[in-house]
Amino acid sequence: MNNKIKKILPQIITVLFVLGIFGFFTFNAQNNMDNRGIDFGFGFLTQESSFDVQFSLIEYSGSHSYARAYLVGLLNTLLVSFISIIFCTILGVIFGVARLSSNYLIRNSAAWYVEFFRNIPLLLQIFFWYYAALRALPVPEKAGPWFGVTYMTIKGYYIPSFIWTNLDIFLYSILAVIISIIIISTYAKKLQENEGKQIPVFFISLGLIFLLPALTFFIGGVSLDFEIPALKQLSKTSYVFDGGIGLPPELIALVLALSLYTSTFVAECVRAGIQGIGKGQKEAAASVGLTPNQILKLVVMPQALRIIIPPTTNQYLNLTKNSSLAAAIAYPDLVLVFAGTALMQTGKAIEIVSITMLTYLSISLAIAAIMNWYNKKIEIKEK
Amino acid sequence: MSEPIIKIENVNKWFGDFQVLKDINLDVSAKQKIVVCGPSGSGKSTLIRCINRLEEHQKGTIVVDGTELSENTKNIEQIRAEVGMVFQQFNLFPHLSILDNCTLAPIWVKKMPKKEAQELAMKQLEQVQIADQANKFPGQLSGGQQQRSAIARALCMQPKIMLFDEPTSALDPEMIKEVLDAMVNLAKGGMTMIVVTHEMGFAKEVADEVIFMDEGMIVEKAETKEFFANPKSDRTKLFLSQIL
Amino acid sequence: MNSLNFLKSNKQNFYYFLYLGLFLFSISILDVAINAFLKINITSFLPGILSIFLPLILGFVGLNFIRTEYSGIKSLDIINKNINTNNFNAILTLLIIFAIIKATPPSLSWMIFDANISGDTKEACTGTGACWTYVKVWFRRFMYGMYPNDLHWRINLAFILVIALGFFGFFLRDNLKKYLALYYVIIYPIIAFLVIYYLISGGAFGLVWVETGAWGGLSLTFIVSFFCLIFCFPLGMVLALGRRSSLPMIRYISIGYIEFWRGVPLITVLFMSSVMFPMFLPEDFFMDKLVRVIIAITLFEGAYCAEVIRGGLQALPRGQYDAAKSLGMGYWKMHIFVILPQALKLVIPGICNTFLALVKDTPLIFVVGLAELAGMLALAKTNPKWLGFAMEGYIFAAIIFWIICYAMSKYSYNLEAKYKTER
Repeated sequence: MNNKIKKILPQIITVLFVLGIFGFFTFNAQNNMDNRGIDFGFGFLTQESSFDVQFSLIEYSGSHSYARAYLVGLLNTLLVSFISIIFCTILGVIFGVARLSSNYLIRNSAAWYVEFFRNIPLLLQIFFWYYAALRALPVPEKAGPWFGVTYMTIKGYYIPSFIWTNLDIFLYSILAVIISIIIISTYAKKLQENEGKQIPVFFISLGLIFLLPALTFFIGGVSLDFEIPALKQLSKTSYVFDGGIGLPPELIALVLALSLYTSTFVAECVRAGIQGIGKGQKEAAASVGLTPNQILKLVVMPQALRIIIPPTTNQYLNLTKNSSLAAAIAYPDLVLVFAGTALMQTGKAIEIVSITMLTYLSISLAIAAIMNWYNKKIEIKEK
Repeated sequence: MSEPIIKIENVNKWFGDFQVLKDINLDVSAKQKIVVCGPSGSGKSTLIRCINRLEEHQKGTIVVDGTELSENTKNIEQIRAEVGMVFQQFNLFPHLSILDNCTLAPIWVKKMPKKEAQELAMKQLEQVQIADQANKFPGQLSGGQQQRSAIARALCMQPKIMLFDEPTSALDPEMIKEVLDAMVNLAKGGMTMIVVTHEMGFAKEVADEVIFMDEGMIVEKAETKEFFANPKSDRTKLFLSQIL
Repeated sequence: MNSLNFLKSNKQNFYYFLYLGLFLFSISILDVAINAFLKINITSFLPGILSIFLPLILGFVGLNFIRTEYSGIKSLDIINKNINTNNFNAILTLLIIFAIIKATPPSLSWMIFDANISGDTKEACTGTGACWTYVKVWFRRFMYGMYPNDLHWRINLAFILVIALGFFGFFLRDNLKKYLALYYVIIYPIIAFLVIYYLISGGAFGLVWVETGAWGGLSLTFIVSFFCLIFCFPLGMVLALGRRSSLPMIRYISIGYIEFWRGVPLITVLFMSSVMFPMFLPEDFFMDKLVRVIIAITLFEGAYCAEVIRGGLQALPRGQYDAAKSLGMGYWKMHIFVILPQALKLVIPGICNTFLALVKDTPLIFVVGLAELAGMLALAKTNPKWLGFAMEGYIFAAIIFWIICYAMSKYSYNLEAKYKTER
């Protein structure tokens, strides 16, 4: 009997304690809201937002609802995170591999790169790119074109926008490419199992990726026009670029800072993964006659990826959370749009901050769940 | 006396400033079993690693099964397919099952169909008496079982020569016997073997020739009985007295 | 392959190739150096593209000539092995050397040669380089925020006291050493809090009261990081023990807490502290903004600390738990006297990393209105007397943060290496 009490009593006390704190908060919140005449509810989400957002991926104006504003902010967050993840992965892999190079200069340059960008706070890096570096760019009327069609100016990076005809045929061809690659890979695997013959799946896939879509241009009636940004004069001293797509400098600064900062952590993960494969593995694979490419594909990469992928996914999560720093330079991400402007206008602090936090929490938990499932599936079995 | 299957002539190798092999001369005939012994740092591992070109020699010539090993050798992989190697640290691929460890090279190098490769693998696994563990992963096996699997993996390429680099040095004492038994079986089957080891009992049972190396040179080379009964050099005598 | 043989040295003309190669390599570097430092293009008589690529070609050929696997000359072998193992490496080496040479003159001239540091006003910055006068004038603000100038000694004194008390633990007499954990977890935080409260904010013992809104600059960064660290450490320990507990309710509550705080960005936590906290507290209970921020960051970092400490608890061999239990120790005795002292030693590098992350995260409090270093930079940048010097300010802050963070990360790396070998 004594043991049971020892087990149950602490739990009851803890639960009561936690419930007590929540109760205290709720009680106070209720009181404060009554006193100030604010009521609790999510109805405000359908109200008109009456504020504009300078950069949005979907149709949005002041006459849309707060819920739509939330969506705009969320999409902007996902956009900047997605682009940064791509860049930081590329940079991270390059510098991670460079850190293991036999070349003294390359190895040390990579090491200094990692130490440099890792030890400066991210916020400072964002400030530097936005306030110092990008401010040094030319104004639209003085900007010279890169590759003849894109302009890098202080007001943003302008690229031509794509105007498609018969876009759906093009998309179908991409679908056809994917299906045919799957079919060919399966066929190649069966062929190898039954007869031992190998066909170059990689090159065939590469060829298909380029050929099939290109074919649609010739016989499918697909065509691509570009709308090149052109200089338009708004007033005596102010010029803008009309047409084309303009990427705001906030987005560019954020992508630069996030990619460079996170790439240092990814580089360390990649390095740890490659170093984690003992020399003996490569020797054993070489001693049975596998070519260097086969050794990489069959022995080194499977093991290295198992070490690299979990911490790298963690870094992607950190990047997504860090994208919330956008609020400091007024890039309209979820935090700035929703927990900033919308909150100021409606005063619904608890509802809005909770929704924002829950959004990030869901993203984190979803990725963590997928990661756990992936880890369990590819676990290297031990005793 | 037919052409030796391995011809090593005046081989010298340096690691930077340090000379690790000095004027090595050795001929190995087919089906011959040679044991190489000596103190650590004597260059014995380096010597056999030069035979399948895991290490490169700077001076001298090494000819394996008619092909000379040099930096211009095309298709070093073909040579390696003929020479099997068993490592001190086993070096099994941890992400593949034992069966997959064994079938990996036959499928990808010899382009064997999967069924045929698996039959071959099971036959070799049975030879080393580990067929019942075929679907387990290396991390789930004991040291002795892993090393026997490594021997089977090397045998699946049906090599002409088997090299052993201190195969039992990383094993607990009770597992050394099972690995040595597998190697004795292999020897009785007629395989050409070069074994670097400290297990003198194995040498006495199976070796045709024993070589003693010290400081990068072959100090003594003799037929087994003669080696143990009448060691000629003082260094050999000292070494034997320490390990027997 | 035979056709390229004449480009490879062999025994007879080894030295001929060596000297020729070194010569070509040297002139290629010289060409780039003269171009960068003196702005003279000595190959301008060649057509444009060739003149740009000439150093690269010369250097490449030169390196090719001197490449041998083993020559016997020590310095040559070191060079060959490290930067010249094959063609690809040779080109990369040349590109890196050229990049470094080309980047040095502009940076040096901006930072040092054309820069100004004397004087007191904007007019003193006459050169085209950096205006370090700006940094010199604003230095005190960057360090201490808006804290009154003549009272800075209080902040300095407080820091010295706190650091001294921190090291005090190492000099305890041996028979008191077992209370070390107790000291660091409970006594030290309380003393440190009192020191900072009375010395820096004052209001008692004859010291003028300075409101927390005036605190700022780098000192605020340290105060916030320090407090958060010493408070989140006990919190993290409780959570780590809770997460490993066998009592389900406690375990679930700990897991829920940890996963919640690790899943949200710090900025939302700060927003929460400035906007939501007042709602959760009784009407007339006013909590200072700085205190709210510290509490929020503590709760946030406590979750990360918990994971670090949990790692240490897990790394401890099970044998320790078994031995303690078999001696009849209960849960709390076992943890306080056996497990935690050992586990804490293991997690010190991890805690250092957490502290490092904390220092890098504190600039964020600028978005809720507390002017630490990044905030002071923003303030100084928009001051009408000093417009246009954003770059100097950011570089200054970057250098300071970089030195601090790099030093800390090297320290924790060394600690980790030391503990690895000690085991």
